[in-house]
Amino acid sequence: MLEIKNLSARIGDKEILRGVNLIVPDGEIHAIMGPNGAGKSTLSYVLSGREGYEVTGGEAIYNGQDILALAPEARAAAGMFLAFQYPVELPGVGNANFLRTALNAVRRARGEAELDAVAFLKLARAALKNLSMQDDMLKRNVNVGFSGGEKKRNEVLQMALLRPGLAILDETDSGLDIDALKIVAEGVNALRSPVFSALVITHYQRLLDYIVPDRVHVLAAGKIVRSGGPELALELEARGYAGLEAA
Amino acid sequence: MSATVETRDTVEALSVEKYKYGFTTEIAMEEFPKGLNEEIVRLISAKKGEPDWLLAWRLKAFALWQKLEEPHWARVEHPPIAYDELYYYAAPAAPAPKSLDEVDPALLNMYEKLGIPLNERAALAGVAVDAVFDSVSVATTFRETLAKSGVIFCPISEAVREHPELVRKYLGSVVPYGDNYFAALNSAVFSDGSFVYIPKGVRCPMELSTYFRINARNTGQFERTLIIAEEGASVSYLEGCTAPMRDENQLHAAVVELVAMDDAKIKYSTVQNWYPGDAQGKGGIYNFVTKRGACRGRNSKISWTQVETGSAITWKYPSCILQGDGSVGEFYSVAMTHNHQQADTGTKMIHIGKNTTSTIISKGISAGHSNNTYRGLVKIMPNASGARNYTQCDSLLIGDQCGAHTVPYIESRNASAKVEHEATTSKIAEDQLFYCRSRGLSEEDAVGLIVNGFCKDVLKELPMEFAVEAQKLLAVSLEGSVG
Amino acid sequence: MTALPTRSLEAWRYTDLRPLDAMSFAEAPAAPLPDDLPDIGVPRLVFVNGRFDAAASSTLMFAHGFATVTEESDLPLALINAQHAQDGLTLEIPAGVDAGVVLLISYANGGALHPRHRISLGAGATLTLLEVIKGEGVYWHNPVTDIVLAQGARLAHYRLQNESREAFHLATIRAAAAADAAYESFTAVMGAKLSRAEFHVELTGAKAHTHLNAAQLLGGSQHGDFTSVVRHKAPDCSSRQTVKSVLSDAARGVFQGRIEVDRVAQKTDGYQMSQALLLSPAAEMDIKPELQIFADDVKCSHGATIGALDEEQVFYLRSRGIPEDTARAMLIRAFLTEALEPVTHAGAHALFEAAIETWWTGK
Repeated sequence: MLEIKNLSARIGDKEILRGVNLIVPDGEIHAIMGPNGAGKSTLSYVLSGREGYEVTGGEAIYNGQDILALAPEARAAAGMFLAFQYPVELPGVGNANFLRTALNAVRRARGEAELDAVAFLKLARAALKNLSMQDDMLKRNVNVGFSGGEKKRNEVLQMALLRPGLAILDETDSGLDIDALKIVAEGVNALRSPVFSALVITHYQRLLDYIVPDRVHVLAAGKIVRSGGPELALELEARGYAGLEAA
Repeated sequence: MSATVETRDTVEALSVEKYKYGFTTEIAMEEFPKGLNEEIVRLISAKKGEPDWLLAWRLKAFALWQKLEEPHWARVEHPPIAYDELYYYAAPAAPAPKSLDEVDPALLNMYEKLGIPLNERAALAGVAVDAVFDSVSVATTFRETLAKSGVIFCPISEAVREHPELVRKYLGSVVPYGDNYFAALNSAVFSDGSFVYIPKGVRCPMELSTYFRINARNTGQFERTLIIAEEGASVSYLEGCTAPMRDENQLHAAVVELVAMDDAKIKYSTVQNWYPGDAQGKGGIYNFVTKRGACRGRNSKISWTQVETGSAITWKYPSCILQGDGSVGEFYSVAMTHNHQQADTGTKMIHIGKNTTSTIISKGISAGHSNNTYRGLVKIMPNASGARNYTQCDSLLIGDQCGAHTVPYIESRNASAKVEHEATTSKIAEDQLFYCRSRGLSEEDAVGLIVNGFCKDVLKELPMEFAVEAQKLLAVSLEGSVG
Repeated sequence: MTALPTRSLEAWRYTDLRPLDAMSFAEAPAAPLPDDLPDIGVPRLVFVNGRFDAAASSTLMFAHGFATVTEESDLPLALINAQHAQDGLTLEIPAGVDAGVVLLISYANGGALHPRHRISLGAGATLTLLEVIKGEGVYWHNPVTDIVLAQGARLAHYRLQNESREAFHLATIRAAAAADAAYESFTAVMGAKLSRAEFHVELTGAKAHTHLNAAQLLGGSQHGDFTSVVRHKAPDCSSRQTVKSVLSDAARGVFQGRIEVDRVAQKTDGYQMSQALLLSPAAEMDIKPELQIFADDVKCSHGATIGALDEEQVFYLRSRGIPEDTARAMLIRAFLTEALEPVTHAGAHALFEAAIETWWTGK
C-alpha cells in the first residue's frame, strides 16, 4: 500500500506540490488527472527519487517503509517502478544487457537468485511475445532510435520483467497511437493482482478506457482537489479542468 | 567536361573588376610624413587635441610595439609589411565639418556611390551613420535624435574631448594596448572611429552604423571603436567597409572594444568588403583586426555577426569574455575567399562566470586559389559551473586549388560544463546543382542559391538592411569562382 | 641529446615535459619477468627494460634482430630515440602471408628505454599485433614504431598502455599504408604518470584505410595525451577515428588530431570524433581537432564533446533498480564501446574489457 501524507515539494524556489494526500491500497489502480502544470510529473519524480526536487514536508510510505529517504535503486528494489514520460536514450548500452542487469540487481536486493544469460533470454522472449514485440528489440541500444511508441513499449517490457508491486505511469499515453495504447494497457492489465497497484498519471481520459481505474483523483495547483470513481474521468473529459482550482 | 569544371572556368574568366567599390575619390588630403616614430604619434595626438593621459598611453603602446614581433601563427602568408613606408594619418584637408552641409560634396558623392545614406532626409528610416574616411570621421547622422534618449554616438576623437571620463575609463579595458602586435600598433596611432554609449536602461532607438572607407594611397587605417552598454541597455551596431582598387597592399589594423554591464545587450554586425586584390593576388587590404567584447554584467549578451568577403588577408577573431554569471556570447560568421585571398578568422569564447553560454556558427567558403581557416578557442574556466558551448563550423570548397582549414581549441576546466563542437568540410553536391539546374537555374545562380542556403544560419542574424546587402555581396564575390 | 620539446611548440602546447626533463635515469637494470603476464594463447615476444628477452619469447620466423637506425623526421622524441636505440623488434611479413596474432609484451622497471620497432607487411599480408605495455617504478619508455604496409596488407594493431603510475611513456607510431592497405588500430591509455601516444598515419595509395581509435582512462594526477596526424595522400582513402577520454580525480587529458587532405586526395572520406567525460571537478580536458584540406571533392567531419555523465541516464538506470556505481560503470562502458570497434580479435577484446573493468573498480 502506498500512503502519501501531506507531501510538499519544490524545484528551486518554486513550490510545486502543496500537501498531497493519497492512499493507493494493494490491488487497486488509481488515476491522477489534472491540467498542465498541476504537478503530476513532479509527483511521479518525487516518488521515484529524481534529483532536483526538494521535499519540503510530508511523507510517502510504501509497504510500511518511508521511501523518500531511499536511493532510486532501493525504491526499485522495494517494488516501485516509474514508466517515464520521456524514456532516456542510452547510446552504447544494449537493451538485453540493461534489462538483465536491472532484473538481477532487483532480484539480488529481494534475496532472489540471479538469472544467467539463458534463463534471462527465455524470460525476456516470453515477455516480448506477450507484448507483440520483436526479438531484435533486445539487441538495440536502450531507446536509441526508437519511435515514441517503441519507447513506451520498452517501458512496459521493463515493467513486465521487473514485476513491480507499484507502477507509476507518467503520461505513458502521450504520443501513442491507439494500437500502441492498447498494448501498453494490456501490459498493465496483465500485472493486475491483489499485490499489484498502479498510479496512472494522465492528462486525457482516453487511456482510462483501457486501464479502468478503481479511483480517479484530480491534482490541481499541487493538491488533490477531487477524488471519485471512474465516472469522474468522464466528467472531466466532458467539462474540462476549468474551475477546479476553486473546488 | 563536368559542370563543376565548366563553372570554374567561367569564374576564372571573370576578373575582379567585379569589385564595384574600387573607385577612388579625388579630394584634397592632409597627410603626415610617412613612416612611424614617436614624433608621428605625438603629431596625431596633437592634431586631435588630446589630453596628456592619452598621449602617454599612445607612447607606452608605441614603445611596446617596437619590442613586439609580428605574429605568424595564423595560416596567412604575406611579404614583410614595410611599416616605415606607410602613412599613418590621412584626412580631408578641409577643417572638420560642423554639419553635413559643410561636408565636401566629393565625399558625399562617394558615400552616395557606396549607397550609404549620409543625408538625413534621404536616410533609410532608423539607421544612424558615422562615416570614417581614411583616418577621420567625416559625418555622423541623427545625433540629435539619439541625444534625446541619452545615447552618445560620435567620432571617438570627439568623445575624447566631450566625454573624457568615459573614454578614459573604458579605452583599453577590453583590449589592453599590449594585447597583441596589431593592437599595440593601433593603440599608438589610432586616428578615429566610433564611440557609442548607451545609458542605463536605454534601448537604442535605432540601428547605429559606421561605414569605413580607405581612400588614400599607401595609407594605413587604424580606427578604434568603443561601445559601452550600461545596465539594461541594448544596441545594434552595424559596420561596413570598402576601399579603392590599388596595386599595393594597404594595412588596416582596427581595434573594437565592447562592454556590456548587467542585462545589457550588444549586437555587432560587420559586412567587410575591403578591396580583396585582383585575380592574380595583387593588391588588396591586409585586415588585421582585434575585436573583443566583455560581458561584465550578469545576464549580459554580446553577439558578433560577420560577413567577410573582402581583404587580401583577413586576420580577426571577434571574441567574448563571459565574466558575468549567465552571460551569453555569440559568433556568427561567413567568410568567403576567392582568387588569392587568405582568411584566418574565428572567435574566442572565454567562460569565466557560472551558467555562461556561447554559440559559434562559422561558415567558410573557399574558391579559386584561396585559403580559408576557422580558428577558435572555447575555454571553460574552473568557476564556470554549468557553462555551455555549442560550435558548428562548416566549410565549402569550390574548385580544387583552394584550401579549407579548421583549427578549434577546446579547453574545459569544469566538469559540470558541456562543450559540443561539430565541423564538416565538403563541396557543393553535384545532385544539388543538378536539381537546381534541371529546374532552370543557371549554374551560377544555382551555386549562389546553395551558398546562400549554406550561410543561412548566419545571414539570418544580420539586421534586415544588411542581410540583403550581404546576400548580394556573396553572389558578387562568387562570380567567376563558382563551380 | 636532442632537447625535449617544450610547450612553445604548437604540437606540444598541452603537454609539459619539464617533469621529465628534471629527471635523470640510471642504466636500466636487468629485471626478472613478472608472473602475471597476459596469455591469450598466441606467440609472444617479450621486451624487458627495452631489451629483447629471447628466453621468454616464442620463436617466430618473421621476427628479426635489431639494426641501427637513422631518423629522418624532425620529431624531437624520435630523434632522441634514434640517438639511444639499442634494441627493437623487426617483423617482416612476406607478401600473401597471414601471420596470425602476435603478442608483444614490454615490461620495464627502471632506466630510460628507447626501443625502435619496425613492422613491415608485404602485399596482401595480414597480422594482428597486440601490445601490452606495463611496468613498475620510475622509468622513461620512449618507443618508436615504424610500420609499412604494402598494397592490400592489413595490420590490426592494439595497444594496452598500462605503464607504472610513476613512469613516463612517450610513444611515436608511424604507419604508411599503400593502395588498398588497412591500418586498424586501438590504443588504451591507462598507465603512466605522464604519457603521450603520437600517431602519424599516411595513406599513400588509393583506397587505403585507417581506423585510429583510442580510449584514455585516467585518474589521480595522471596526464595523458593522444596526438594524431592522419594524412590522406591519395584518392579514395578513408579514415575513421574515435577517441574517448574518461577522467577522474585531477587527471588531465589531451587529444590533438589533425586530418590532412592533399590536393590529389579527391574523394577522401575522413571522420573523427573525440569525446571526454569529466568525472570529478578537478579533471581537465583539452581538445584540438583539426582539418587541413586542399582537395574539394571530400567529405570530412569532426566532432568533439566534453561534459559530465548524463545524470538523466544515471537516474533512469537507478530507477530500474541498478545501483548507482553499477549504473555509472555501465554508462562509461557504453561510452567506450565505439572506440573499441576495431578490436575484432576476441582474446584481445577480452583483455581490454578486463583492463577497463579493473580500472573502474580500482578507481
